[in-house]
Amino acid sequence: MKNSSRRGFMGKAFGAVAGVGAVASLYAMKRTWDPLPSVKAAGFTTLDMSAYKENELVTEKWRGKPIFVLKQTADMVAKAKKNPKDMDRLIKIGDAYFMVCLGLCTHLGCIPGYNPDEEGFLCACHGGQYDFTGLVTKAPPPRGLDIPPFKIDGNKLVLGEEGPEYKKMLETGVTLKA
Amino acid sequence: MKELLILAVVTFFTLLTYYLVEPFAHSQMHKHVESEGFAYKDIPAITKKGDATRGADLVAANCTGCHGIQKAGMPAPMDPVTSAQSFGVNPPDLSNAGSVFAPKFIASLIKNPAKTLMVEHKFDPAKGKVHPMSAYAAYDANGNVDKEQTDQDTADMVAYLQSIAPKQEELTPVMAFETACGRCHAIHYEYMKDGKLHPAWTQIGEKPSFKKKQDELAFEQKVLDYQDALKKYMGTLPPDLSMYIRSRGEHYIKTFVENPQNYLKGTAMPRVGVTAESADKVIEHLEDVGDSKRHERETVGRYVMIYIIIFAIFAILWKKEVWRDLH
Amino acid sequence: MAHFTKATSLHDWLNQRLAIDTLRRVLATEYWIPKNINFLWAMGMILAITFGLLLVSGIFLLMYYQPNVNLAFDSVNYTIMQEVGYGWLWRHIHGVAASVVFLIIYIHMFTGIYYGSYKNGREMIWISGMLLFVAFSAEAFSGYMLPWGQMSYWAGMVITNLFSGGSLHADGLVEWIRGDYVPGQAFLNRFFMLHVLLIPLAILALIGLHFGSLRIPHVNNQDGEEIDFDAEAKKYLAGDKAGSKVIRFANDFLAKDMMVVGIFLILFFYLVFYHYDFAMDPVNFDPANGLKTPAHIYPEWYFLWSYEILRPFSTDVGLIAFAFAQVIFFLLPFLDRSPNAVPASRRGLFKVWFWALLIDMIILTAMGKVPPEGMFSTIGLYAALTFIGLWIVLPIITKFERKV
Repeated sequence: MKNSSRRGFMGKAFGAVAGVGAVASLYAMKRTWDPLPSVKAAGFTTLDMSAYKENELVTEKWRGKPIFVLKQTADMVAKAKKNPKDMDRLIKIGDAYFMVCLGLCTHLGCIPGYNPDEEGFLCACHGGQYDFTGLVTKAPPPRGLDIPPFKIDGNKLVLGEEGPEYKKMLETGVTLKA
Repeated sequence: MKELLILAVVTFFTLLTYYLVEPFAHSQMHKHVESEGFAYKDIPAITKKGDATRGADLVAANCTGCHGIQKAGMPAPMDPVTSAQSFGVNPPDLSNAGSVFAPKFIASLIKNPAKTLMVEHKFDPAKGKVHPMSAYAAYDANGNVDKEQTDQDTADMVAYLQSIAPKQEELTPVMAFETACGRCHAIHYEYMKDGKLHPAWTQIGEKPSFKKKQDELAFEQKVLDYQDALKKYMGTLPPDLSMYIRSRGEHYIKTFVENPQNYLKGTAMPRVGVTAESADKVIEHLEDVGDSKRHERETVGRYVMIYIIIFAIFAILWKKEVWRDLH
Repeated sequence: MAHFTKATSLHDWLNQRLAIDTLRRVLATEYWIPKNINFLWAMGMILAITFGLLLVSGIFLLMYYQPNVNLAFDSVNYTIMQEVGYGWLWRHIHGVAASVVFLIIYIHMFTGIYYGSYKNGREMIWISGMLLFVAFSAEAFSGYMLPWGQMSYWAGMVITNLFSGGSLHADGLVEWIRGDYVPGQAFLNRFFMLHVLLIPLAILALIGLHFGSLRIPHVNNQDGEEIDFDAEAKKYLAGDKAGSKVIRFANDFLAKDMMVVGIFLILFFYLVFYHYDFAMDPVNFDPANGLKTPAHIYPEWYFLWSYEILRPFSTDVGLIAFAFAQVIFFLLPFLDRSPNAVPASRRGLFKVWFWALLIDMIILTAMGKVPPEGMFSTIGLYAALTFIGLWIVLPIITKFERKV
């Protein structure tokens, strides 16, 4: 039986209306999977930068990930000043310089260990190495340790917010968006 | 036609069952209490004109021994836990009292706490139990109570408290809640308001976030010590109010707060003495905490109702089209 | 190996492998339904839609619900209701649908009783339907435990106590069902499993059986007329759609169903957004407290008639009456001794029996909700006795029913 084009129109129209409802339901379903407000609120960590000691690696936590904070010695700063790649990675707070990086090897995500005598990081998984600013010194990691979004607030560092210094690091390719 | 009759019969029996199971049954299970609109008809109005400056001195002399007034730079004499353990209850800070509570209620409370708070069944001097807050009275030269002077003094004290308290526009729902209820009732739910996530409320203040586990445990211990003292004083721990807006509803909460004896005769909960506006603000806070998605529910509800009516219309039109040559 | 030819289109390719054309004919375009039906015949589709709503909303609730006695209440009333995007919507839909599905089940059941759709070859439709009622009841009860509110806990306490069997004192059985002395973690977890996996599987299987049992007898019609489906189908396919006594499932029956569904969904969503307290009882917004019984404990409305049959009698008698009430509906096709498969209006005393049963069950429902005191417990007692009496009397009045 052939339906004339006028007939079957209402069926298609009704189907379209039902389709609108289905799409709206899919949107509600998508929103149900969104991270919860309490998760997003916990997405900001404030660090008190006056509490760190030179060449003593402290591991903080941000969004469930380890964050390496290494206060630079005067020696490290002198060395870094000779290498712009190193200097660009450091964060200046007051008179002190800090390395603040995600404690995850950029190769496959293991957590590298720090050796304060050698002032460098060694990743036990595949032998990757980084220096005291997180710059990669031995393969296989493809780039230096990533730097989390940060904002300087006096003597504090707020991880999760993008301050001007962080934005500059993104633009100049010092780090990728974490 | 026949189908309409069938629809009428089905609708009738459905509505009958609904009526019997819901409105009727609930009317049999719960008595209905009318609200007096927070008029506190049993409390006399303030007759004297209050002088706030004079009141400041009176309050400093008579009240700050137990009560802190943050607004006036006077901290509480003891921390909440020690207060609760000493007096049985933590005397409230008086900064907001002037806006949250009804003026004549405050005046009456200063003159006779147990009677105004409706806890005389608990604090009966004849039985040797006295309310931890001592009543205020002014005396004449012969050592007799001077009623006129007492009324004048309390009017002055109330005027002072009103002068330091936030104006209605500045009194937020959470402030009203913390002042009227927060000393005894906790709310363990965090809540989103104005884009910010607000912390849970304990009887000793908002729950802070801790970096060290030891600090968190120390705080929780303080809360538990306070709750133990409160339990001893009240006979039971006042319930957490996180979901009360849905388990009790606005009408019950308002009429309960107006006079707890309405529903729970012999209860240790005092009459709180809030104004009608403060009661509304407390309700709003309870809604923010227990029914925070109500605005979204109303908005989405409107859109869904419009959509579903359009859906039904298209369904009817499709049916008519399909059945045109079937009848 | 069957013979396959080069496919001429995607449709042909699927058809050669899955016989989709045959499926389409058998399940839709040549699944013949009588034309002489009213909107009550759409209740089956409404149940399918409502079950679908329960399934989908349940899936999203399952993504955040925590079946732990310390976390369950807050996972529902804080996380889902106030944190999760549209979590409140899934919960409201789930709660309201769980209540409304029983309204539709009862309408569907009583339609079957009224039109005699349980006899003369349709007994398996009725029995599989009653099994579905039992499965849905178990699903509703297990689901109600999950928010772990005061009503969840105390309903769990009271209903599991029934299994002590009165004078039998089978406390060991009760403890075994709970996995503990009182409803606790073991209890919550196993009812979570039942609600989320086992009973839904049973329901899906029973729906399959229910649909299958319809095929040979065919759907009934408003007059109980025995239709020659083959002849009427031929008439329809020959072009006489108006004269034929049958219609296709798709799109004829489906279009009429969708119209009723559309109107139903207006009512349904109105309840979901604006009027839901009947489905989400305020008492259950108090977290479970094993040391404090609420002033009034009552089951959800759809269990009240059954609950009220239990209450008026002494423990053992009440339990026997309760067991009787659960089972007796299954026996309807066999207790009805009359050969008439016509609407109740044409069946003399059976008409009276039908309306008496309906009204009696409404009275039982009402009395089951109110405190069992004074006038209410008296009415409840007489209503319970009437219920039992009606079923005893059924074989008698139908045996003497005049053949129509």
